[in-house]
Amino acid sequence: MDVRSQIAMVFHLDKCIGCHTCSVACKNIWTDRPGTEYMWWNNVETKPGTGYPTKWEDQERYKGGWEVKDGKLRLRATGKGRIIPNIFHNPSMPSMDDYYEPWTYKYDDLINAPEGDDQPTARPISMVTGDYIDIEAGPNWDDDLGGSPVYAENDINLEELPEHIRQQMFEIERLAFFYVPRICNHCLNPSCVASCPSGALYKRGEDGVVLLNQERCRAWRSCVSACPYKKTYYNWSTGKSEKCIACFPRLESGQAPACFHSCVGRIRYLGNVLYDADLMVEAAKRPDHELVDAHRGMILDPNDPHVIAAAKENGISDGIIESAQKSPAYQFAKVWKLALPLHAEFRTFPMLFYVPPLMPVIANAESGSVRNETEDLFADVEQARVPIQYMGKLFAAGNDGKVRYALRKQYAVRMWRRHVTVGDVDRATADRALAEADCSVEEAEAIYQLTSLADMDQRVVVPPAQREMAIEMLEDPLDFKKSTGFGFRAAPARGG
Amino acid sequence: MSSNNGKNPWIQDTVEPETRAWEEFYRNRWQHDKVVRSTHGVNCTGSCSWNIHVKDGIVTWEMQALDYPRLEAGIPPYEPRGCQRGISYSWYLYSPLRVKYPYMRGALMDLWKEAKAQHDDPVDAWKWLMADPEKRARYQRARGKGGFRRTSWDSVTELISASAVHTIKDHGPDRIAGFSPIPAMSMLSYAAGSRMLQLMGGISLSFYDWYCDLPNASPEVWGEQTDVNESADWYHAKFLAVMGSNLNMTRTPDVPFASQARANGTKMVVFAPDFNQVAKYADEWIPLNAGQDGAWWMAVNHVILKEYHHEQQEPFFLDYTKKFTDAPFLVELKPKGDGWEAGQMLRAGRLEGYADEEHGEWKFLQWDKNDGRPKMPMGSSGHRWQDKKGQWNMKPEDGKDGSPIDAELTFLAEHAKVAMVRFDDFADGADVRRGVPVRTIQTTDGEVTVATVYDLLMAQYGVPRGLVGEYPESYDDETVYTPAWAEKYTGIDRQTIIRFSREWASTAMHTKGKCTVIIGAGINHWYHANLMYRAAIHALMFCGCVGTNGGGLAHYVGQEKLAPMEPWSNIAFAKDWIPASRLQNAPSWHYVNSDQWRYERSFRDYHTVPEDQPEGSLANGHTIDANVRAVRCGWLPFYPQFDQNSIDLAREAQESGATSDEEIAAYTKDKLVSRDLKFSIEDPDAEENWPRLWFIWRGNALMSSAKGHEYFLDHYLGTHHNNISKDLAEGQVNEVKWHEKAPSGKMDLIVDLNFRMDTSALYSDIVLPAATWYEKADLNSTDMHSFIHPLAAAVPPCWESKSDWDIFKVIAKSFSAMSEKHFPDTVKDVVAVPLAHDTPAEIAQTDMLDWTKGECEPIPGKTMPGLKVATRDFKNLYQRYISLGPVIRKAGLGAHGTHYEIEDHYDEMTTSGPTQTWDGNTYPSIEDATEACDAVLKLATVTNGELAYRSYKNMEEKTGLHLTDLAEPMRGVRMSYRDLQAQPRRLLNSPMWSGLTTDGRAYAPFTYNREKLVPWRTLTGRQHFYLDHPGYLQFGEHLPTYKPKPRPDAYSDLEFSEEVGPTLQLNYLTPHGKWHIHSTYGDNHRMTTLSRGVEPFWINDKDAASIDINDNDWVEVHNDHGVVVTRAAVSARIPRGICIIYHSPERTYSVPKSPLRGKKRAGGHNSLVRTRLKPNLMVGGYGQFTYHFNYWGPTGCNRDTHILVRKCPELIW
Repeated sequence: MDVRSQIAMVFHLDKCIGCHTCSVACKNIWTDRPGTEYMWWNNVETKPGTGYPTKWEDQERYKGGWEVKDGKLRLRATGKGRIIPNIFHNPSMPSMDDYYEPWTYKYDDLINAPEGDDQPTARPISMVTGDYIDIEAGPNWDDDLGGSPVYAENDINLEELPEHIRQQMFEIERLAFFYVPRICNHCLNPSCVASCPSGALYKRGEDGVVLLNQERCRAWRSCVSACPYKKTYYNWSTGKSEKCIACFPRLESGQAPACFHSCVGRIRYLGNVLYDADLMVEAAKRPDHELVDAHRGMILDPNDPHVIAAAKENGISDGIIESAQKSPAYQFAKVWKLALPLHAEFRTFPMLFYVPPLMPVIANAESGSVRNETEDLFADVEQARVPIQYMGKLFAAGNDGKVRYALRKQYAVRMWRRHVTVGDVDRATADRALAEADCSVEEAEAIYQLTSLADMDQRVVVPPAQREMAIEMLEDPLDFKKSTGFGFRAAPARGG
Repeated sequence: MSSNNGKNPWIQDTVEPETRAWEEFYRNRWQHDKVVRSTHGVNCTGSCSWNIHVKDGIVTWEMQALDYPRLEAGIPPYEPRGCQRGISYSWYLYSPLRVKYPYMRGALMDLWKEAKAQHDDPVDAWKWLMADPEKRARYQRARGKGGFRRTSWDSVTELISASAVHTIKDHGPDRIAGFSPIPAMSMLSYAAGSRMLQLMGGISLSFYDWYCDLPNASPEVWGEQTDVNESADWYHAKFLAVMGSNLNMTRTPDVPFASQARANGTKMVVFAPDFNQVAKYADEWIPLNAGQDGAWWMAVNHVILKEYHHEQQEPFFLDYTKKFTDAPFLVELKPKGDGWEAGQMLRAGRLEGYADEEHGEWKFLQWDKNDGRPKMPMGSSGHRWQDKKGQWNMKPEDGKDGSPIDAELTFLAEHAKVAMVRFDDFADGADVRRGVPVRTIQTTDGEVTVATVYDLLMAQYGVPRGLVGEYPESYDDETVYTPAWAEKYTGIDRQTIIRFSREWASTAMHTKGKCTVIIGAGINHWYHANLMYRAAIHALMFCGCVGTNGGGLAHYVGQEKLAPMEPWSNIAFAKDWIPASRLQNAPSWHYVNSDQWRYERSFRDYHTVPEDQPEGSLANGHTIDANVRAVRCGWLPFYPQFDQNSIDLAREAQESGATSDEEIAAYTKDKLVSRDLKFSIEDPDAEENWPRLWFIWRGNALMSSAKGHEYFLDHYLGTHHNNISKDLAEGQVNEVKWHEKAPSGKMDLIVDLNFRMDTSALYSDIVLPAATWYEKADLNSTDMHSFIHPLAAAVPPCWESKSDWDIFKVIAKSFSAMSEKHFPDTVKDVVAVPLAHDTPAEIAQTDMLDWTKGECEPIPGKTMPGLKVATRDFKNLYQRYISLGPVIRKAGLGAHGTHYEIEDHYDEMTTSGPTQTWDGNTYPSIEDATEACDAVLKLATVTNGELAYRSYKNMEEKTGLHLTDLAEPMRGVRMSYRDLQAQPRRLLNSPMWSGLTTDGRAYAPFTYNREKLVPWRTLTGRQHFYLDHPGYLQFGEHLPTYKPKPRPDAYSDLEFSEEVGPTLQLNYLTPHGKWHIHSTYGDNHRMTTLSRGVEPFWINDKDAASIDINDNDWVEVHNDHGVVVTRAAVSARIPRGICIIYHSPERTYSVPKSPLRGKKRAGGHNSLVRTRLKPNLMVGGYGQFTYHFNYWGPTGCNRDTHILVRKCPELIW
């Protein structure tokens, strides 16, 4: 047993309102510089939809993530051995068009235009060329099903659905959508790290945060290609790639990452988990439908004395173990099995898990009037507008049962709380719903509490960083206290 | 110190410090120097607390504050609040859109230089310029066409002051108008301009009604502008019906209280024609046909009444209906043909036993079950305004003898006869006759037939109770208002309607009323919104849901709740110096002054009313005629008020011998009665009646809120425009003078205060650089939560900007200096004011009588506007502005009918606080905005526990109830501006508001009324199902009803527009959007990037395909009023037949020219709509139907509009 501590995250999609506050919080702080304009370390996608960059999920095209070949786990495209031939032309690299060409406007014209014979307007201009631009794409272009005939139907997760289900998802009385916010998953098995010829990417030992060394990066961009989630980006100004840093300066000072802090829907949960690194390679080789279980199987019970002993042996402090015991991510992902990894079939073991959303009940308009297809107060999860098969593709590598389980449990919690707070659902009915969902009353109450009532301190449990110990390895912390902040700020040199 | 991660050779965990030294790259970025709490003064109702981060003296970013005090246990916390728009605000501060310096239009600057070369005195210079129509037209034509020049503060304040002095002298002070919306979002910034204007005698234009945020049903039913649950209270609801309110878009930070409630077993149903963002997390989405929400709720009420009131007789529902609504009150039936018609409520004074009652015509009757006779319960408006205090309460007792009343809801079991009563069926353009059980009562003028409101409701809703008449047999019968009937209009299957109704009522039954309707602009912007609202409110009232936590009507449109109202309104409208203010309902003002009335015919073309109207009925004719009548009768204000300068008028009165204010008023009345003096509204196009000078601040008056934007450009501004409509009102109007040609360019000067170059700034003559929300001190409150927040300066005002408070101060200073010469002495000013809500004018007019027609005596303040005389001291205007005046020291403060003394507090401020001393007197200082903030906090009941206590004490005397217990626990609480900066503070209980917040209780409206038996401020003191105003009877809206949407062919949207190429006609909707708050943020780089770079035109995919429009194509959207050119967002989530442009884009960025309209720059969303006023919302002087600023009056509805769309054939920049 090789016990390590890792930041794990949960996004509760049933609560996500698609507001993008997270995206802007991140952008304000981290990606508002030349070269980063097009980067959205945090973005929010409408599903069904095409995503950012467009069709990022399509690994036939982008060749990201891992695959199992001849019983071995290997990068799909750009393993270190294969990078050289692709150095000058990598056909699976996303281009500017796959993201979007960032633009602004000639705002100055509004103030400075001389008197003319008509009203001046600020025309859009490219932030790359400075020329007038015809805006054809953006980082959130198909928001809320905008352009659905074009974009939503391109969603590759729809591909294997029966034609009639696909079609009816775009009939107004059956249509629905939901949001998937995305940041770097800080994977246990990150293909970006594995792909870097310069060794610029690494997982931090203390918290598993995946970082890209801004001094070491040599602009190979292998990581851009290798990350199946397309969450590393190339900065054309500095010549370095960059990616979500999990706001480590905030984590180190005990604060939630900016996107978590600013999450108005309160969908974001964070806490560390302990996992057994010895299991990883074998787990990653499991067939698709076993991947969710294999992933969860690596996560250890932080209250188990054996785990605690092994963790201490690996140098994990009491504070971090205690933090893992309070981790909401552990509850959602492992204990309650409510949260699932996005595209487990990429085999990177993303440490960001999603609670799949409940959806409105499906309707029928065959009689000319719209009738909602239920007789019940809360419609059964099978009657939801988004087919479970679709969510299964997204969140369980096609293992629909995992999604069904998570939805049933949410449904059961609602039935239970309806019984408690209103009483028009009787005890027997509530008990039956709980039993069908593999959920005890105690568990239902705990899920309700964390879903519904938790404040920031309960949603985000940041393990102690113990920065003094890290600093001590280089410098006396007292000296550091006296001198930190002095010096000149300089951007990293291009090519550096 | 690297180690392999498991057996995977590729992955290393790195802890080695040397190789990680680079990590400081990102740590450096996160470091900052200062964090300051502020918020966003924008009309979103969010009122979120933000931490503004400053680094190197520059605002770098903002993050939400998390330190809200917790409410009661068991509901989620308020953190974090703040959305994608708010968090992008810091972009504006240093952006190229920022207005950094004062600007003046070049054409005006040149003319002004010329004028000043001619005249030493700037007032004479302005007069010279105004006297030359060609010169005036020259700079008016340049409006909106660029050519700004940077200038200095001294230059612009000189010009503005000269214009103001000239306007006052030559035209009258009420030709100076100011528009600034929604004070709650930055209340001192609002107060700055309104204070200056009211000291001048200018006009403050309303906003809540103009924005169509005012839900008229709220005053109709509750006598309350709006009072709603704070969002945390949604969590208590066990059934949430969300209609016309896209919570994700508009209540972004509040949504978790709904989504998290679902996890607690709450059912949520969303009504919207499109699959909107909030539908995503509903249990059921009900895709009602657009604008048919009223039909839905009418059928729901049919089911509730039939099953739960009539068949099951649910005791909780019946008991509630009896105690807290007007259902048991008696209505007089009038013979009509061979049947009967419902009339007004029977007045107690007409019964012999109550003939001596003071205000007996404003007291009403219930039938007491035990004594078997009609009795007069207390709590009516008659009891409220009578001399004897202590009877204004809802105790079930007779007001005369104190005997108990057990009111009968229905005469079904025991009646004299069954009267066949006529009920309107506007849906089918017919009427139905239904039997109603009645009794007879002997009055002093004979026997009358009466029914209870409840029995009339049962008949109106068509509940079969075994009575004769056209009652439906079953739910499948398509008579009004069955589920089968509603199916035809809503497009929703009757079974879904029936199941919904049962789940709704059953939830209310189990929880004692925890059903909430969250409702918004999606409903409120329809012409017949008041009817839709009433129908939904009835489903709440029938099920006992109003006045309880988790229950009620939660309408959130516009940040209307300015919590510390009492001191704020006095500062804002300068009532501390001059009690009479000029507060104008903006919908009427713009409808009339921007000449939009000229472009339509009689409202009967599109507004369905009973066919058979009596002579002189309000329900006939042209809207402007109804408005003229409303002004003459004192129902609504109108400024400019007279066709004569109100200062000249007062002088003329004095010269004619008037020696007192009363005599000046009497002189004015006589001159009005003789018709030598006319109301301006009687001839709005005459030059002497034009508004002249317009200040715009904190709002986008020329675009976002300008319904009929292109008419504004024409008639106000005198510049280019794209409307092609023609005069249609000729020959249709009787009360206004018709001019062959409408004037273009009424406004002499438009001054805009702004931090960004928005459309209003672009079209103004002068743009003044305003401080942003991170650069000034102010206060902010909302109805979404119960905290009060500060705005604060994270950095000083950037470049040459100033706070609104300081801008109006410098204008006031310059104006005062100029007045030394032009107004060396004080002057008298006649101010006409409408009959006011929460005053005895509520019981002014039992009938609709017009004194100009000889129907009644002209009596100011009773049958015509009140006439007051103000004393203006223009040369000391600046001193008055910065000093808290002495009037309130003596008069005390109050709002919504409350009152309390503040003399000791005022005196304490003059002894211990900052002061101003001039002319030998010392006053509390409000020179600085922080001083003004502290003055508000010190003198308001919600922030000063002692004053709350006094206000309850005062209310105890009026009601005879025990109320001070609500204030005692917090009597010692005081709040200051500094306290608010330290942490958000929760508002205290106050009798000005109807919700209770004791011990962290979530605020729910009307809990005060329900639990304490304090009456609603209505005719009966109860919630009103029945609206018996004579005008409502004429309009057929006395009972809840359904009226069809105005037909596009009768609505004058498309009479002159031509279809060129493949074209579709669609119903045009403008709901609130995702990437902006109104127009703010929409031009912000963050939001344009996350959307599509323009505000697109949303259209159904099949509709789009039918005219060859592809996603992202440029489209041309047009009608008679104007044109928009933007790009299409083609989506299956939009139903066929409707289209959406989210409110509200600017026309400043990425707007091409229109091939259809002369290749001129296309407009914005408001180019396609116009102002429509619903005339029955103009009545006044009658209970809850009595004017108050932003409380009552017609609204600027816009949702029934239709447009034509085609693919734009040519992209022209």
